[in-house]
Amino acid sequence: MAKVPMPKEKWSGAVGSMALGDGSVSLGGVKGMPFLSFEDPQKHRPLLAGEVVDDISDFPSIVLKQFGTSAEDPVSWAMEWKSKGADLICLRLLSTDPERNDTAPEKAAEIAKKVADSTGLPLIVYGSGIAEKDAAVMEAVGKALEGHRSILAYVEEDSYKRMASTAVAHKHAVLAFSNLDINLAKQMNILLSDFGVDRGDIVMDPLMAPLGMGLEYSYSVNERIMLAALSGDRMLQVPMVCDASQAWQVRDCSEEDDALGDAAERAAWWEFATALAALLSGADVLIVRGAKAMDLIQEAVNDMGGHA
Amino acid sequence: MPTAIEFFKFLPKTNCGECGHPTCLAFAMQLANQKVSIDACPYVDPSAKGKLEESSAPPVRGFNVGVGEKTVRMGDETVLYRHERKFVNPTAFAVTVTDTMTAEEISATVAHYSSMVFERVGMEFRLDMFTLRDGTGDPDSYVKAVKCLSENTDWPIILLSDDPEVIRPAAELIKERRPLIYSADRSNVEQMASMAAALGLPLALRDDTLDGMASLVEDAKKAGVEDLILDLGSASMKQVLENNTAARKVSLRRTFKGLGYPLMNCVGSGERAVMRAMLSVMKYGSLVIFESIEAQQALPLMTLRQNIYTDPQVPIQVKEDLYPISDPDTASPVLFTTNFSLTYFTVRADIEKSRQPVWLQVVDTEGLSVLTAYAAGKFGPEHVSAALEASGALQKSDGPIVTPGMVAKLSGKLEEALGRKVLVGPMESGSLPKFLKGLKG
Repeated sequence: MAKVPMPKEKWSGAVGSMALGDGSVSLGGVKGMPFLSFEDPQKHRPLLAGEVVDDISDFPSIVLKQFGTSAEDPVSWAMEWKSKGADLICLRLLSTDPERNDTAPEKAAEIAKKVADSTGLPLIVYGSGIAEKDAAVMEAVGKALEGHRSILAYVEEDSYKRMASTAVAHKHAVLAFSNLDINLAKQMNILLSDFGVDRGDIVMDPLMAPLGMGLEYSYSVNERIMLAALSGDRMLQVPMVCDASQAWQVRDCSEEDDALGDAAERAAWWEFATALAALLSGADVLIVRGAKAMDLIQEAVNDMGGHA
Repeated sequence: MPTAIEFFKFLPKTNCGECGHPTCLAFAMQLANQKVSIDACPYVDPSAKGKLEESSAPPVRGFNVGVGEKTVRMGDETVLYRHERKFVNPTAFAVTVTDTMTAEEISATVAHYSSMVFERVGMEFRLDMFTLRDGTGDPDSYVKAVKCLSENTDWPIILLSDDPEVIRPAAELIKERRPLIYSADRSNVEQMASMAAALGLPLALRDDTLDGMASLVEDAKKAGVEDLILDLGSASMKQVLENNTAARKVSLRRTFKGLGYPLMNCVGSGERAVMRAMLSVMKYGSLVIFESIEAQQALPLMTLRQNIYTDPQVPIQVKEDLYPISDPDTASPVLFTTNFSLTYFTVRADIEKSRQPVWLQVVDTEGLSVLTAYAAGKFGPEHVSAALEASGALQKSDGPIVTPGMVAKLSGKLEEALGRKVLVGPMESGSLPKFLKGLKG
């Protein structure tokens, strides 16, 4: 009988690993292309982060319905995620936006601290996307979460120093954002390293474009990043965060239209497809918005052999 | 693929020029680039030709299922990662009817799936094939059902049974339609393969292991079937991912020759089926057979297929047109942007977020983004005003024209050309909601 040789690659590199929270949650450390046990026999399980926001005024009603009254309070929302098996909480402090509530950094840090203390899970903390305010917010958040190692999100090419300093000072990891460009992704990691952030404290977000809005670009950029990291490019050997919640930005993800089938179900699959593309192209951490999508993603991760 | 030098060795080296190239070396280089056929040289040694054809055979065999307009092409793939070149023939999706259904049920099912069509970014998404599953084990009932099915659809048909005697009369009846026979396994490969060979039809092989599949392929080829598609199992996502990846990898790397065929997955129905199908789309599946699928699952699945099979070297473009967002009227502002799909989607999403009525004019920039198009001279005031005039935007609205902030320089010339007020929008699309709300106030 014919004997087919297994196409096992001899990779010279691996994605760096890192511990979060009290040290018991670890991520990264992949030694082969995602979920191929013949390349990397250790069962790699990416971490799944449940998204919580502190201002639900613009939030999709389909998701709010899934979480009921717990969505009114970040702590109970995060606890709900924990009971659903989330590994991390992605906390977005939207209310700090000067155009919204302009919540003060100290007040925002209190929310983050409460979520961390109640769940015991590591956090990925985002501000409102206003760079200057975010840097101030993260200064307070980073201090409040000291001893509970989390990921501060996010820094960009033209504004990274203040948030990176906060991460270093309080021993958190920092999320380096780049816009669909492998060279820029690498450049960000170099910039941060040169600034004094240890490579083991950097995670990167190369921008996961959602299904129907450029997913294929991200899929290929992520694959190229993975291939380069495994081939030995040290400056790309940092864990990758992909944000599947962006799927909800796409109109046909959740718009009510009978011809497109049930909106809540469709949205779950829209987010799932985005997530699966991220997982297959190299995500170490996945940010998830929908409860139903989370169920599907957990099942897929287990079914691909990623369970511990 | 042989290199130019390998081709050159087999050429007469006379530089006669009869192939249309000045020298044998120039011809060899074109051969290596797959631009010309070896047949263009009248003097090449026939035995060498055989050798060259074998080593330049595509790593994944391609063939058609079905005939006419709805023909599905499978295989012809050349790369493991889409950025290396592109994925060629998109995954086909099949849904299933059975011979336990009445004729009315078959035609209703066919009608239901045939109308499951979605429009997205100017493209039409639909399913591709129907499978007829043997639910009775009775050749008469099966042939009756295939008659009914083939009268109801012009889509390619898959004949599904593990009993060659059930398949045979049906396959004979519609062999002109070039159906796919699914499937042969270790227990029936001789009968199935000799039938497929006699009828000249493509055949699906099923085995969960790479080694077992390789020996099935040998048997099928011995019986005379060349158009094969391989089902390496769909019991778990792990099986789909690892078997498909390994089979494709050894074929492309040419470390093993016997698995160079299109791959498929038979996934059933329900949530697990959709998960496996999405995985198969990304990981080398040329065909996915569903028992059934719902619209809310089909749209994301087909969008995923369209995304993954996009040529990475050709940006997806949106049609040049005037797009109304949130019911604009004669007072609504007219924004414009390029036809690069990512730019369009981003701008559109940000406008929708503002909940303000807007006319969005897309200008054909051959798929370039705002700054690149401007730098390349494809997004000048003359292009923008021509597009606005062609779409009738200037008649539909008296509102202000808004230029993207990155090309603020356009505003002066555009104002001159149009004789209308032109405002400069924000640098980043993300600031549009704020900008648009400001316009209103």
